[in-house]
Amino acid sequence: MEPRKKLSIICFSGDFDKLVAAFTLASGSAAVNYEVNIFFTFWGLNAIKKKKGRVFTGKGFLARFFGFLMGGIDNVPLSRLNFCNISPKLMNYMMRKRNVASLKELIDASIAVGVKLYTCEMSMQILGLTINDFIPEVNKEVLGVAKFMEISQGGDRIFI
Amino acid sequence: MTFVKTKIQLAKIAKDDILEVLVTEGEPLENIPKSSTEQGFEILGIENLHDNIYKIRIKK
Repeated sequence: MEPRKKLSIICFSGDFDKLVAAFTLASGSAAVNYEVNIFFTFWGLNAIKKKKGRVFTGKGFLARFFGFLMGGIDNVPLSRLNFCNISPKLMNYMMRKRNVASLKELIDASIAVGVKLYTCEMSMQILGLTINDFIPEVNKEVLGVAKFMEISQGGDRIFI
Repeated sequence: MTFVKTKIQLAKIAKDDILEVLVTEGEPLENIPKSSTEQGFEILGIENLHDNIYKIRIKK
């Protein structure tokens, strides 16, 4: 029997449009039976935080302040033409109007079709975050580079 | 995304149940029957309802 195809996405970006791309690829690939892993690092971690808005998360004053600035999925910016975060709201409206799945729907769909979500150990240390700061669907195993390379071995790797 | 939604709905129904999916012409109309068959589901029929709207019947 042919081994299951695999796609591993390194999600570094926390931009709305790039997250849409990452989760569209992830859910679509998982639906056609790929094993899909997403490794969230740095800005990408904003997509899977439990607290979805601008709240003080993390340990230590600087980390909490930075956590507030970064925010969560509700305030991810568009990579271009963001216009003080008005554009993601407009984009969501346009997506809904044209019957295209929103970013939140894409995340839910990815989870439903079995996409595995992992967090980056180093980024979490810098930002003072723990695994409990993320949605429960995130894998409890926090990854470093070596472990990610091991998990993603034999498949395609994409950096977004 | 159409096939992702189809797959999620297929997971919710029982074996031998039938799922009807409405799609527009183009990629979903080509991809859903192909991917469904590949994954062991049976396509019972594809019907053109009107203009470019099609109904695909899939048996789990």
